Amino acid sequence: MSSETGKILTTDGIPLEESLKQAEKKNKIKAFLLVAPLLLFLIITYMIPIGDMFSRSIDDKMVTNMLPKTYKAMETWDGKELPPEEVFEAFYLDYKILVKNKTAGKLQTQLNYEKNGFKSVLKKLARKQKKFEEGNYKEQIMKVHKRWRNVEYWRAIKRRAPSYTYSKYLKGVDMYSNEDGKIVQVSEDRRIHRILWIRTVEVAFFVTLFCFLMAYPIAHLLATLPMKYSNLLMICVLLPFWTSLLVRTASWMILLQQQGIVNDFFVWTGLVADDNRPEMMYNKTGTYVAMTQILLPFMVLPLYSVMKTISPSLMRAGKSLGATPAVAFFKVYFPLTIPGIGAGCLLVFILAIGYYITPALVGGASGTLISNQIAYHMKSTLDWSFASAMGLMLLTGVLVIYWIYNKLVGVDNIKLG
Amino acid sequence: MALPKYTEPHYRIWHYFYLLICGCVFFFLIAPLFVIFPLSFNAEEFLVFSDGMKRLDPDAFSLRWYKDMIYGTKNPWGLAARNSFIIAIFATLGSIILGTLAALGLSSRHMPYKGLIMAILISPMIVPLIISGVAIFFFMAKVGLAATHLGIILAHIILGTPFVVITVTATLSGFDHSITRAASSLGSSPYNTFMKITLPLILPGVISGGLFAFVTSFDEVVVVLFLAGLDNTTIPIQMWTGLREQLSPTILAVATCLIILSVLILLTAELLRRRSERLRGISR
Repeated sequence: MSSETGKILTTDGIPLEESLKQAEKKNKIKAFLLVAPLLLFLIITYMIPIGDMFSRSIDDKMVTNMLPKTYKAMETWDGKELPPEEVFEAFYLDYKILVKNKTAGKLQTQLNYEKNGFKSVLKKLARKQKKFEEGNYKEQIMKVHKRWRNVEYWRAIKRRAPSYTYSKYLKGVDMYSNEDGKIVQVSEDRRIHRILWIRTVEVAFFVTLFCFLMAYPIAHLLATLPMKYSNLLMICVLLPFWTSLLVRTASWMILLQQQGIVNDFFVWTGLVADDNRPEMMYNKTGTYVAMTQILLPFMVLPLYSVMKTISPSLMRAGKSLGATPAVAFFKVYFPLTIPGIGAGCLLVFILAIGYYITPALVGGASGTLISNQIAYHMKSTLDWSFASAMGLMLLTGVLVIYWIYNKLVGVDNIKLG
Repeated sequence: MALPKYTEPHYRIWHYFYLLICGCVFFFLIAPLFVIFPLSFNAEEFLVFSDGMKRLDPDAFSLRWYKDMIYGTKNPWGLAARNSFIIAIFATLGSIILGTLAALGLSSRHMPYKGLIMAILISPMIVPLIISGVAIFFFMAKVGLAATHLGIILAHIILGTPFVVITVTATLSGFDHSITRAASSLGSSPYNTFMKITLPLILPGVISGGLFAFVTSFDEVVVVLFLAGLDNTTIPIQMWTGLREQLSPTILAVATCLIILSVLILLTAELLRRRSERLRGISR
């Protein structure tokens, strides 16, 4: 059964190479089919919606849809002098429909963002337009309010035309593009978002630092103690880990309140006077303390799993070669724990930067973070496109951190307990 | 960790100082949980230890908040508990099925684009919850599943599968594939092989992943806050509202029950971990 090319054949006459390839392909498809349900599910319900957030965040069709005729008529207008009669007529017709449908309010708000004082002008027009006669709308509209003679207001409408915008992203860092199309900062007293971003990074950084400082000694103790003691102490780490986040936040709310146990203790030791109990909740202190305790297990577990693998004989070898315990620790032990430190810090930092529940409950006004702002816009102001924009800015930040971490340490080193 | 006799005094002091620090950190970790216990038996309405409680006067303790939790007027906890359990159980089942299948595929050496696919599968764990919440809400609102149990269950499957994928892939990394080949060569069907050989061996991983998924779903607030309507309130939602509006001791009674539940989960997880360590010890 030898073929002309001299290839090795399987029993059914197909060259071995091809047969192997087919089997490999079959295995590939098999493996892929196993992953496919979850992959499809996540792509449809999760990845695409995140992409959808992006299109929402730049979507600005609201005004375009409200004034279709106006924008069509404005296409030929150069914006230097007052627009021609057709634009006035188109605007009158569009606005009439909006007033009839009771949606004119939205347009007034949106155009007021573009040009201050637009709202009152539009409101007046809404009242007067009922008595308008047919023809020569330019004259009639300009008679309603003298500002309609000002070309600035018409430019503002035209500026609002593009159906895509990055203004939400600018708003997220307290900037906006002004009447001349230049990007400028909002006035000092309205810069709230930048403070929130800085505070979020600051809280995440310090919570990570505190967690690291507290977790390192106890992870070391857990890894070096004999099994029967360390298993018992491990419960102190694992029980909070498995306990509901809200339960732990509730217990901090009880502990930190003004008549709470921590304050009682301070009064008892004489650190503070009974009538001068410090406010420890509803500010940054509360956020720091509660978040550190809640995220601490996420730092301990990766550190522990790395420290567990470090042989104690390494430290002994260092000492026997003449190093003092401190030198042996910093030259031998500490470098070996870096993968654990990296994993723990990454985990805690990423969790902290997106924290919502605890800051909302114990943070008060000065302890809320960027996530609270996102939730606020999702639930209260219903400015979903702004919430999406801020969410994506946060996500980009997290992905950058993740990418840097992957370059420095490697994601494969992450372990779950 | 007893110190050897020859230890110099200043190292000895340093060592005790280190133990003291560790003690403080352990106290910081665990003590807050124990505040809830006694206060949930408070006879009064305040969330502070009354003078009677400090004297251990039996009259200062009562079960009234537990009664309020179960029989209270307009009691929201019964419905919330039922919803929570239904949602968590179905979300766990969904996560286990989808996650285990995916993990089986991922640990095959024939799997193409492994890194990329793994990144997608565990992304719900990396992306901050608030962003997942917004994205999932947009999807559920679009397909009309907002404020339904199904919507919340699907959302929790999204959040829970990464844990199952990670734990099961970890279990499978020590898995000897020649066993399944042996089974097939002896005439077992793929389904039979999976049920009789593979599943029993990876079961500890599957269950501990399932536990993670269960706890994630049972404790999840952020996504449910966006999705839930009045009929889908869960225990966390109810606690969230309670903590925001007024801290009543009833919440502490619920919290105590939740702590007991987490003790049970912890015990199960520990038993599983030891069992799987034993099994791995044998196979080595």
